[in-house]
Amino acid sequence: MSAANVGRDPAWPQIAFEDRIGTATFNVHHEAHIVVDGKVCADCSTRECIVACPANLFVPTSDGGILFNYEQCFECGTCYMVCNREGAITWNYPEGGHGVVFKLT
Amino acid sequence: MPDVDAIVVGAGPAGSCAAIVLARAGKRVVLIERGPFPGSKNMYGGVVYPRILDRLIPEWWLEAPVQRWITRRQTMIMTDTKALTIDFRSQAWGEPPYNGATAFRPDFDKWLADKAVEAGAELICSTTVTGLLHDSTGPDKRGRVSGVVTDRPDGELTASVVIACDGVNSFLAKQEGLYGELDAGNYTLGVKETLALPKETIDERFGVRGTDGVDIEIIGCSGDVNGGGFIYTNLDTIAVGLVLKLPKLAAQSKRPEELIASMKEHPAIAPLVEGGELKEYSAHLIPKAGIAMLPKLAADGLLITGDAAALCLAAGIWLEGVNFAIASGMYAGEAVVEALRNNDTSVAGLAGYQRRLESTFVLKDHRKLKRIPELVMSDRVQHLYPDLATSVVERMFRVDNPDPKPGLRRILNQERKRVGIRRRDLARDALDGLRGFS
Repeated sequence: MSAANVGRDPAWPQIAFEDRIGTATFNVHHEAHIVVDGKVCADCSTRECIVACPANLFVPTSDGGILFNYEQCFECGTCYMVCNREGAITWNYPEGGHGVVFKLT
Repeated sequence: MPDVDAIVVGAGPAGSCAAIVLARAGKRVVLIERGPFPGSKNMYGGVVYPRILDRLIPEWWLEAPVQRWITRRQTMIMTDTKALTIDFRSQAWGEPPYNGATAFRPDFDKWLADKAVEAGAELICSTTVTGLLHDSTGPDKRGRVSGVVTDRPDGELTASVVIACDGVNSFLAKQEGLYGELDAGNYTLGVKETLALPKETIDERFGVRGTDGVDIEIIGCSGDVNGGGFIYTNLDTIAVGLVLKLPKLAAQSKRPEELIASMKEHPAIAPLVEGGELKEYSAHLIPKAGIAMLPKLAADGLLITGDAAALCLAAGIWLEGVNFAIASGMYAGEAVVEALRNNDTSVAGLAGYQRRLESTFVLKDHRKLKRIPELVMSDRVQHLYPDLATSVVERMFRVDNPDPKPGLRRILNQERKRVGIRRRDLARDALDGLRGFS
């Protein structure tokens, strides 16, 4: 950030990501609508999904893999769009009536 | 004999307007929505320009679930420490027939879908369409589109025509091969925070009263990622967010919510948003490339509309999508009524759709502004011109006594060199901009 903001207290408390994502409503289905093939991800060095997914669902693991959780997903499609690895992400919509339910947007 | 005349997939603005037209013409139409209610999957930048609804719902403003009417519009160009704002207001926009409004899509889309139901369409929610059905007759093995498969038990439904209004990811359009190779560069990610503030605080900070509202579009606030920012006033919340070009987002290290946090700390933005309590965080993809990414709009037995057809206008100062969805849905409905009357729902029989789009703002605006989406997303417009513009203005207003005021031409030349823009690039972009907008 800019010089003007260095050392400036943010005017609002930093919100933890769990709290941020917790403001949206998710009607979670027991079956995952997105499946990530960890074997394909293991030798991916670019890993665009980690920074781009707005729901922060792709988390690198200590053994060099990627941990993926489908539950709090916006169903936006960013991950499969930015992914450069064929077959790494299998993307579908959740079962009807499930998944994210927006209210104030 | 197909089960119904038409299946409309997706009860967003495009789908509901297609269904309204078909149902009013006495056609049997089923409107299928994957969310628990229409609008539950939808999020957008925040302003809807509903005048096209005059055609379907006269005096829609008396009943549409609107947050505020936009009477003040700002375009802000910024660097880390500077901001240059063009501020326009019109009180005429606060009175019927209005211009733009902020609204929550889960409210607005549900209201519009209710209109389709009132007209006689059958709305089925909580049902995901998983693919298209094809007739096996016809010259090749895979014939015309003849219906849809859903995730319901025995969930196949047949129709004379399917209208895919299934949004930016449109798997139906892709299944049918209407898009070429997918290019992430044609898409942006919209991320948004809905922040609660007392209505009086919003009125005071944004300089409006009653249900008048403000729309601020910002360039130069998205860090290293090409894109733009926005702030909109709702009644007692504000929407703050960013639109981020996907390949650029993926190629740097700041996550979307971190980019929003940086934007909110800007000295020109912090006083507007501080203290706002996060009520909902949301995200959605946007088809941003305009005519450059336009898919084929029809197949035998199939039309595509709205975001599914990439009919979203992202041309710098104009950011519109819901109106394009409403219009394309409405024209698809009209074209299908015509095709059913003529008993020809092949691509040729459905040609009235493309004809209508070409002769109205839907494709006229896109064709007129075809150079703009790329120009706005270019590195020069995104990163260099905000620096140039704000520096020139800073030097014009800076009083450097005892030095006399330098001439504008000299300031412009010095700043252009400092920022690193070649004279011919500046001239070319200016010309592109002029030609692109004229």
